[in-house]
Amino acid sequence: MIHQDSKTILEVSGLQAAVDGVEILKGVDLIVKSGEVHAIMGTNGSGKSTFAKVLAGHSAYQVTGGSVLFEGQNLFDLEPEERARAGVFLAFQYPIEIPGVSNSHFLRLAYNTLQSQRGKDELDPLEFEDFVREKMKLLEMNPNFLDRGVNEGFSGGEKKRNEILQMALLEPRLAILDETDSGLDIDALRIVTNGVNKLANKDNAIILVTHYQRMLNYIEPDYVHVMRGGRIVKTGGKELALDLETRGYDWLGVERRAPASA
Amino acid sequence: MSMSLVNSNTYLESLLQGQPRLPASPLAWFNQLRANAVDHAGRLKLPTTRDEEWRFTDLSPLARQSFQPARAAAAQQAADVEHFSVAEAAIRLVFVDGKYMPQLSTPAERLGNRGLIVTNLSSAITANAEAIEPHLGQYARFEDNLFAALNTAFLHDGALVIVPRGAAIDTPVHVLLIATQPEVASHPRCLFIAEAGSEVTILEDYVSLNEAVYVTNAVTEIAVGDNARISHIRVQRDSTEAFHIGNCAVSLAHASRYRSVSVALGARISRYDLNTGLDAEDAECVIDGLALINGRQLADTHSSIDHAKPNCTSRQLHKCIADGSAHAVFNGKIMVRAGAQNTDSAQSSRNLLLNAKARIDTKPQLEIFANDVKCAHGATVGQLDSEELFYLKSRGLSGVTARNLLTYAFGAEIIDRIPIASLKYRLEQTVLEQIKKN
Ligand SMILES: Nc1ncnc2c1ncn2[C@@H]1O[C@H](COP(=O)(O)OP(=O)(O)O)[C@@H](O)[C@H]1O
Ligand SMILES: [Mg+2]
Repeated sequence: MIHQDSKTILEVSGLQAAVDGVEILKGVDLIVKSGEVHAIMGTNGSGKSTFAKVLAGHSAYQVTGGSVLFEGQNLFDLEPEERARAGVFLAFQYPIEIPGVSNSHFLRLAYNTLQSQRGKDELDPLEFEDFVREKMKLLEMNPNFLDRGVNEGFSGGEKKRNEILQMALLEPRLAILDETDSGLDIDALRIVTNGVNKLANKDNAIILVTHYQRMLNYIEPDYVHVMRGGRIVKTGGKELALDLETRGYDWLGVERRAPASA
Repeated sequence: MSMSLVNSNTYLESLLQGQPRLPASPLAWFNQLRANAVDHAGRLKLPTTRDEEWRFTDLSPLARQSFQPARAAAAQQAADVEHFSVAEAAIRLVFVDGKYMPQLSTPAERLGNRGLIVTNLSSAITANAEAIEPHLGQYARFEDNLFAALNTAFLHDGALVIVPRGAAIDTPVHVLLIATQPEVASHPRCLFIAEAGSEVTILEDYVSLNEAVYVTNAVTEIAVGDNARISHIRVQRDSTEAFHIGNCAVSLAHASRYRSVSVALGARISRYDLNTGLDAEDAECVIDGLALINGRQLADTHSSIDHAKPNCTSRQLHKCIADGSAHAVFNGKIMVRAGAQNTDSAQSSRNLLLNAKARIDTKPQLEIFANDVKCAHGATVGQLDSEELFYLKSRGLSGVTARNLLTYAFGAEIIDRIPIASLKYRLEQTVLEQIKKN
């Protein structure tokens, strides 16, 4: 929801980033305020996941220019874990499997880390078990996912639910959901987006990365941005997503060259 | 295994002389076995890194050290021992610096298990000579193995387990070998026999009460009868100043099954040779190992799985985790003899290097002389996965916590395979503490 007097959560200006010396983000500008939902759309390879991972602090990406302020603080002064503790959360496009690390142990460690950061009580394993089971109900997840390794042997859709479960536990100030809809069938999409909607409130903000309009039927964005060649080339309201759905991306009339050769 | 000559053999002489004269046994074959071993021990030389089998394991620190036989064991505080007790194990044999401690032990007869023999070898050998003679000294060859020869030359005591035909022992047998004195050389000798159709779980557990310098030179022989099953857990948590040399030789009869989990956490220098003979058809072995070391520790595991007969299966997963400037070695030989058709073997060596100064050498060694065989093997040496670390950190976990969690998970895959819950839990805690210290 857009409010005139909302606080700015994220302020990205002229952000440039490279992988192995190849520039991928070429000047991204974006302002996200509390209570807002932003969709970032764009074809494959346009730089959406790169943008998301740069915000989360992935070390494979070098920031080569521009700035990002998170609640007024230079995001790049923070290590990935400090960003998480400050309230940045990325639901990965491809959540990795960590065999041998029990999902429940991992979730509890993460939860308790955030709790102590926020000066709140940590939960012991039994208390946490009850707590996490409640959250899993929201996502209609089978509790036996707690006993498995982190994402170990999970289907694509199950991994995505596990990501949103983590969002539900960590209650981030800014959640970036990278293609959370991909790999979900219609029922799962409804359940997951319903969960996300319940987590959205006036004090937090969500960036939805997707290249389908489908998810936006369930989570209504306040802004839709189009990323192309490592830049946000167009911003509009939710109707822009429908335009993109029918007309594709080419009508935007921006350079068609692949980012790497630009 | 061949051992090259070292310039002088004074070290061995002193070692041999330092041992008390063992009283002659009424059993002629037993005296003969020892005499043979003395003979070989006198001829064999201490291996050096010029010997292929000892390429990475430099024993010169051992040669520089003088050792003596254990003095009369100080009365052990029951509390010292209870610290190592395993709740599930109703049968326990305790050895202190190689000496059997009846007052700390619960041998099988006290539990009234009919026909089951779990006691110390020296007290039972005469009465059970008929059962023992076909096995003792038959699997752990010492003709070209100095340490097995020394152990056999000093063969006196250790754990004896004989599970009678068809018996399934529902409690694990805990063989607890405790080191308490510095500069002691002990040569424990264990013999585990599972007669046809029987089943038993045995924990061979090497521990220490302090950080003393001592040497344990252990030999264990295991005979798994037709259709029998032995689950063998071997834990080596010796003093990090100690030397631990272990030889274990296993022989599997028809359709039998041997399951081994070995965990090496201690010793300054440790070497474990596990030789498993699939000596009859349809036998199966599953052999898993973990070495977790740091500082200046060296842990060398040499395993050999001998597919001597057709239709046998072997599975092996060995993991090493080396931190500090530690050095882990794994040599995994799989031999498939001519005629051992329809062999199914898979070996995997996975290794984690936590420090640029640490080192891991892994060598799968396949020798296949049959044509209808399935032999998969693979070895990896790596660091912690940066994507996994990032994932954990992106959820707020500190870099240290993330590293510990992943290191722990890597080792826990082996520890999870231990079929004794309380030991598993204890080792998991130990591993976690050891990792956190680094
Ligand atoms: N780790 C990486 N290494 C090399 N190239 C990368 C890496 N990450 C992204 N790229 C390249 O950057 C471009 C943008 O990728 P990405 O951000 O994943 O796009 P999107 O998420 O919009 O599909 C692509 O050309 C991709 O190949
Ligand atoms: Mg992407």
